[in-house]
Amino acid sequence: MSGDSILSVDRLSMRFGGIVAVNDLSFNAERRKITALIGPNGAGKTTVFNCITGFYKPSSGAIGLTHDDGHAIRLERLDDFRIAKLAKVARTFQNIRLFPGMTALENLMVAQHNALMRASGLTFLGLIGAPSWRTAEQAAIDLATTWLDRIGLLDRADDAAGNLPYGDQRRLEIARAMCTEPALLCLDEPAAGLNARESAALSELLLSIRADQGTSILLIEHDMSVVMEISDHVVVMDHGVKIAEGTPKHIRDDPKVIAAYLGTDEEEAIAVMESGT
Amino acid sequence: MSANPAAQTSRAPSAAFILKKSLISALVALVLFSLMIGVRTEAGPDGQLTYWTRFGDLAAIVAAVFGGSILIELFRQWWGPVDTARIVPAPVQGALSLAGRLIAPVLLAFTFLVPVLFYDERYILDLGILVLTYVMLGWGLNVVVGLAGLLDLGYVAFYAVGAYSYALLATNFGLSFWICLPLAGILAAFWGVLLGFPVLRLRGDYLAIVTLAFGEIIRLVLINWQSLTGGPNGVTGIPRPTLFGIPLTPGDDGLAAMLGIEFSPTHRIVFLFYLILALALLTNWVTIRLRRLPIGRAWEALREDEVACRALGINTTTTKLTAFATGAMFGGFAGAFFATRQGFISPESFTFHESALVLAIVVLGGMGSQLGVALAALAMIGGFELFRGLDQYRMLVFGMAMVLLMIWRPRGLIGHRAPTVFLERKEAISSDLVKEGHG
Repeated sequence: MSGDSILSVDRLSMRFGGIVAVNDLSFNAERRKITALIGPNGAGKTTVFNCITGFYKPSSGAIGLTHDDGHAIRLERLDDFRIAKLAKVARTFQNIRLFPGMTALENLMVAQHNALMRASGLTFLGLIGAPSWRTAEQAAIDLATTWLDRIGLLDRADDAAGNLPYGDQRRLEIARAMCTEPALLCLDEPAAGLNARESAALSELLLSIRADQGTSILLIEHDMSVVMEISDHVVVMDHGVKIAEGTPKHIRDDPKVIAAYLGTDEEEAIAVMESGT
Repeated sequence: MSANPAAQTSRAPSAAFILKKSLISALVALVLFSLMIGVRTEAGPDGQLTYWTRFGDLAAIVAAVFGGSILIELFRQWWGPVDTARIVPAPVQGALSLAGRLIAPVLLAFTFLVPVLFYDERYILDLGILVLTYVMLGWGLNVVVGLAGLLDLGYVAFYAVGAYSYALLATNFGLSFWICLPLAGILAAFWGVLLGFPVLRLRGDYLAIVTLAFGEIIRLVLINWQSLTGGPNGVTGIPRPTLFGIPLTPGDDGLAAMLGIEFSPTHRIVFLFYLILALALLTNWVTIRLRRLPIGRAWEALREDEVACRALGINTTTTKLTAFATGAMFGGFAGAFFATRQGFISPESFTFHESALVLAIVVLGGMGSQLGVALAALAMIGGFELFRGLDQYRMLVFGMAMVLLMIWRPRGLIGHRAPTVFLERKEAISSDLVKEGHG
């Protein structure tokens, strides 16, 4: 694949004991584009995500991230929190992981932890209430407010995150990831459990994030309407290996992909497709 | 209070249900007490075992359990942990919330006035100092347990480090209390970090056990390192605190002589009272400030979800270590105060019982709540003194009170959480949502 890629996964493998979850996977994610990682359940998508974000250490292979300024970072060597802090990779989780006992606003403030820690002079300037800290804190609240406004939760800023409806929690988790000002945003099934209207709003939000912030997005998704609508590039996995990649249109017509989803042979899938058209 | 109508209807009074539950309780009591009370054994004059039965007493106990459990069930259905909001009428609730807002300032003002009001009552002043020491310890442990959600059963270790730091520095090098106080805090914080490192990977029960062991190790070192700590004999002759160099003694250079007033030993007690009050308020102020700073928010986020914290780029290792160190530092301050107040310390003062007591104060007060911890310390230490007249039944009454409190308020006196930052309205977050942390 040509072009300017922000993330390059090179011959990534992940084994858990005897089980090979990801086998020799290579793909690139382009800068300021939305790349979708799809595949049937158990294909190893979330494992790839956990390798990229450092929650797993890959058994072999390389994951490289190149920032806008050309600064390259090898992710497979970093701890999870350093990937978020230094490589600016933010992620959301398949099962929402907000801080339920903190308000929506507080959730977004926690996301700005590293910037605020610097501004508070590692707490000491903050403790004496230095003016520079007050300005930084207000700026952080403003950024959080902007994001709450963008996801339509401004009027619920002071509500506990655990009290928000499911769809709002999903959007809040994306806003929280965006508050870390990431270069690459990794979303694990952001549309899971959303209705059609909420899915459409989510697509809109992701497209606006790409357009306004210039953030590259990598997402795992089962909701094909979302994938086909917003993705620039789709990578299809099955049983830990890549079986296809290309534009959404290209993927839609790939017999191997359909076979993987239907769980049948390739020939049968072609027959199904032909009978359908 | 969450009003859940479905849950309430299923809890509706039912005679059969109460009867069944009480019969089960009575049966358990019968099994339990049949040997404990029903049969009495004693060594006879020739060394043989003699026994006799006391079925009358047994019957009385079982009947008391049966009747008591009916009463408790009726009481629970009238009051109940979930439906307090429904039963208490609105005006009373309004008055309660007003009282809730006023209680902290009123309590603080009263505390300031205690030495004035009870100047002649040494017992009350001593009790006040004791309560304030535990308030401070509770607030210190609250950082670790309440905010960061790390269960620490060895908090007394830092109390001991602080106390011995002051005692040894003052007796060996003649350093003054005001130099030793920060040193004691720093040393305790250092030990907090030292404890923090090995336990960072542990969670929940495992963390609790290791911290418990750490507390015991410190105590055993204090007992066995005779040459330094004096072993079980402890350290004696610890210098009394001075008012920035002016001793509170009857001599010519004492404070009383300088002010030209008659010397009274109460001066020192009053001074100690205000000293521990200032230290406790410092702890409170720092904790409140820290909660609104990124580090404090990171502690609470850590309690809520550690994995999410790491995904946001928060270094959970240093965050946990700072929580341990901050809590330990306050414990060290309290320890230095304890040493100077007592004038004598020995390892006996730093047993697991102290750790358990401070932890009970934090849990009873409502984890994370500053006011709750202060109220719980007052209830635990002051209340315990209140029941002194009951002699050996004191523990029984006290245990009963704690069980009742936990039925009524399972998340502590003040279970809800106040947000650290808000746009428009500051609304308390229900305890149902706030996590307790997994260590």
